[in-house]
Amino acid sequence: MLLIPCPWCGPREDDEFTFGGEADFPRPAEPEALTDEQWADYLFMRDNRRGRHREQWCHTAGCRRWFIVERDTVTNEILGAGTYGGSP
Amino acid sequence: MSQPFRLDHGGRVDRDTPLQFTFDGRPIDAFRGDTVASALLANGVTLVGRSFKYHRPRGIVSAGAEDPNAFVQLGHGARTLPNRLATVTAATPGLKVRHVNAWPTLEYDVMSAFGLVAPFIPAGFYYKTLMWPRRLWPLYEHFLRHAAGLGHAPDAPDPDRYDHVHAHCDVLVVGAGPAGLAAARAAARAGARVILADEQAEAGGSLLSTHERVDGLPAPRWADATTTELAATRGVTVLPNTTAFGLYESNLVLLAERLITDQPDSAGSENGARVWRVLPKQIVLATGAHERPLLFANNDRPGVMLAGAISTYVNRYAVAPGSRAVLFTNNDAAYRTALDLTDAGVPVAAIADVRSDPAGDLSSEVRAQGIAVHAGAVVRHAQGGRRVAAVELCSLDGAPLGAVECDLLGVSGGFAPALHLHAQARGPSEWDPTLAAFVPRGANGIHPAGAVAGQLGLADALRQGTQAGSTAAAAAGCSNGSDLEVPRANESTQAFIQPYWLPPGGLARAKPQFVDLHEDVTLDDLRLSLREGFESIEHVKRYTTLGMGPDQGKLANPLATGVIAELLGRDPASVGTPRHRPAYSPVSLGAIAGRHIGPLADPVRVTPMQDWHEAAGARFENVGQWRRAWYYPQPGESMHEAVARECLAVRHRVGILDYSTLGKIEITGPDAGEFLDRVYTNAWKRLRPGRCRYGLMLGEDGMIFDDGVTARLDDQRYLMFTSTSNAAPVLASLEQWLQTEWPDLRVYLTSVSEHWSNIALAGPRSRDVLAAAGTDIPLDRRDFPFMTFRQGHVAGVQARVFRISFSGELSYEINVPADCARHVWEALVDAGRPFGITPYGTETMHVLRAEKGFIIVGQETDGSVTPDDVGLGRLLSRRKDFLGKRSLSRPDSVRPDRKQLVGLLTDDPNQILPEGGHVVDSPGPRRPLPMRGHVTSSYFSPVLGRSIALAMVTGGRAALGERLYVATLHDNRWLPARSCHPVFYDPEGARQHV
Repeated sequence: MLLIPCPWCGPREDDEFTFGGEADFPRPAEPEALTDEQWADYLFMRDNRRGRHREQWCHTAGCRRWFIVERDTVTNEILGAGTYGGSP
Repeated sequence: MSQPFRLDHGGRVDRDTPLQFTFDGRPIDAFRGDTVASALLANGVTLVGRSFKYHRPRGIVSAGAEDPNAFVQLGHGARTLPNRLATVTAATPGLKVRHVNAWPTLEYDVMSAFGLVAPFIPAGFYYKTLMWPRRLWPLYEHFLRHAAGLGHAPDAPDPDRYDHVHAHCDVLVVGAGPAGLAAARAAARAGARVILADEQAEAGGSLLSTHERVDGLPAPRWADATTTELAATRGVTVLPNTTAFGLYESNLVLLAERLITDQPDSAGSENGARVWRVLPKQIVLATGAHERPLLFANNDRPGVMLAGAISTYVNRYAVAPGSRAVLFTNNDAAYRTALDLTDAGVPVAAIADVRSDPAGDLSSEVRAQGIAVHAGAVVRHAQGGRRVAAVELCSLDGAPLGAVECDLLGVSGGFAPALHLHAQARGPSEWDPTLAAFVPRGANGIHPAGAVAGQLGLADALRQGTQAGSTAAAAAGCSNGSDLEVPRANESTQAFIQPYWLPPGGLARAKPQFVDLHEDVTLDDLRLSLREGFESIEHVKRYTTLGMGPDQGKLANPLATGVIAELLGRDPASVGTPRHRPAYSPVSLGAIAGRHIGPLADPVRVTPMQDWHEAAGARFENVGQWRRAWYYPQPGESMHEAVARECLAVRHRVGILDYSTLGKIEITGPDAGEFLDRVYTNAWKRLRPGRCRYGLMLGEDGMIFDDGVTARLDDQRYLMFTSTSNAAPVLASLEQWLQTEWPDLRVYLTSVSEHWSNIALAGPRSRDVLAAAGTDIPLDRRDFPFMTFRQGHVAGVQARVFRISFSGELSYEINVPADCARHVWEALVDAGRPFGITPYGTETMHVLRAEKGFIIVGQETDGSVTPDDVGLGRLLSRRKDFLGKRSLSRPDSVRPDRKQLVGLLTDDPNQILPEGGHVVDSPGPRRPLPMRGHVTSSYFSPVLGRSIALAMVTGGRAALGERLYVATLHDNRWLPARSCHPVFYDPEGARQHV
């Protein structure tokens, strides 16, 4: 069980949340300007880092806000959480 | 004579409270305070089970949760409990205990005869032998299933109700031995909220079986006093009969509390169980250590026990597990047992000590008793069949030293910390050469104390426990400045251990030496595994089944580490142990499931009209969590007949459908139109208020994600309909884009699926029905045309009415507040009676939409289908970007041989194609046949009087009219059909516009 620190609601059990994959993959501003390779890279390729990992979580059964969690993928230690703009 | 092996005095059993239970139907006399195991031993029962593979006779080895043999079945019928350990099960009056894994009886087991024919089945035997010839596998399997297995499942559903308890505390102490009690006491005195859990019926652990004193009191009395103090302390919870079986991320600990009753019924003495989910701030692990067995031939004979367990049975339960003992050790612990046995009047014939110079106080005391101590000697063979009769000794280089008669052999190979929970938390361990074992170093918020931390002496354990309890309380924010008071006990020197893993060479190979008694894994199995290259301990485990099964190798794994290290000539630290996983001890499935069973396993969602549907005789189907009316059979009607009647009613008159389950999302804000433009493939900003539009939503991979109609309610407000089962994923996805990519958009999403019920009227007379039900909305086709929306009242209730159609008929979808939906539904049904209104369910809805070639996301699409594949390319805007647009020009998306949506008409109009059936060009002899596609939807169309089907077929759209064949699923036939345009009925769409 992961105790996930929702910036808006506080720490809650992980079954209240939905995992949204790696953070920091912004949608390209002009998709049509990309080559097939560049687009496929955005679409399919993730770093899957060992260690510190920034990822998206949504407090689905709570405030329904998406936010960023930094987690160590080896130890599952949660190192911090941040919002997409705005403060709790 | 009853209880012939019960000692005359001593022990903690309550001799004033005798009781009786049965073992395989035989009455067993016991006292309150006994475990099933101690009572069996008191009655001279040494054979308690047969081994897993070879059905060899097995006896009680330990006095705790680490026992590999003493698994029994409790109770009978629906509430029977398999795989319970006799060593931790309290003896209660009337309890029914049965052996497991022997047939027909424990004494005369047929399977053990295989030991005479094929002495031992080597590791990997099943893989190598029984797989060929393959056609015989069912026979092998039948045989193996009968031969293997421990215990029996209940013969009926469990009638018990199990609870989950969610608890928080400052300090959780696991284990109530000396370290655990000291830790709990220190933490409680610091003001911490404490939970103290112990798997045994009473707290105390090793304190209950020692003659030592604590704070001047006999150790058991100190344990009682401390437990009483703790139980009376506010904020402290003492949980006996409670096993901490799992430690997870965030230091969540799961406890299984067995609820014991003195009035056993069919469940035996356990009256259900509770699972505690405890989220402590700090954890003190005082889980103790397991004594390690030693290897010699026939080391599995009943009568071979751990030395410490013998002391426990003698001191705590006043039971002599034998009448003449030999001890075999590589450390000092067995000397204590020798003294305990001598005190109890059980003669100790000899001690074989691996060490060449077993000096020290204990050894002097033992020699003073006249017990023969053989230094530098080992037991190499236990003689006897169903019980040890004698042991053969030899020197470390294998020279025979003669045999000694005995019926009890106590072994001690040192102590391995019970670090299971610590390891589950991925806490690091270190090989401690002085203990020849892995010792946990502690982890974040986890404090090992006592024997689990390598402190085997009583005074050390009390000191470390006190310190750990105090440290944990302080770390949890509890400290009241009180001085630490360490319980006093005699200091003892740490026993030194001489590691002894492999018996001397030259022994008869025919005699097995069991590393894992529970799984019948022998030393030869480990040798074979290493010889064949499976050297990693995880590979050894999988190849030999070492450490598997209900006991999870509590005794076997620490021994195997040393054995493998020596066989490979490596450092044990580099060999390690197999990964420790929950559960530490077996937990009943009922306790794990708790209340999450039956209707509470998954929420059941129903609409406000559910009672009406039931009263109308509807059959239901599950759509996600929703229960939806499937069809409404009239008396004597088959499903086929009912659906045909419902379909024709909609096509010719009017039908009414409860469509409340559709997902509904209100999208508001100044940028709502821009937002829709980005998430839908078509254009939305210019949609006028009051109008509706069909929208297609893609994933970024260009594949269809969801579809549905969205209406513009007013300038800054849209209502989006999603498919029933996709409502939550669509909302989550929209929120993700909005919050993470486009936080600048001023848009707000609100799920209103539950707030608005949706009633669909469909059919040429639906306008008449709506008018008759009473509405202030002008219904004339010019005032309220197709694909528009109006607000007003229906049957006196505020309503949003949408002229949209999923049937191709004139249709109104009437949204009303859920509170009023039942009223409006009944008003429409009443008003519709003169027009022949017919309620219809999801099956008819599917037939009607298939006649029109409308896709259902998840039926025609499967996550690999683009809009163009299903003929919706016209919905793709060229003027703007939208999610997934770039992917539509990826090479894979424009492959010429993509599957495309077509209709299929069978040659035989009454032949209904199987959904999922493979579509091929011709059923020729070539195998495998190249696949052209698959059938996605298939029904009998009553209005057309023939079957229809939709299919995804490669290059299908350009070859309409081609001859195709569909494979049946079960009887290997090929059904001829021709492809056609996927709209079977009213291709011009005239009927929905009237």
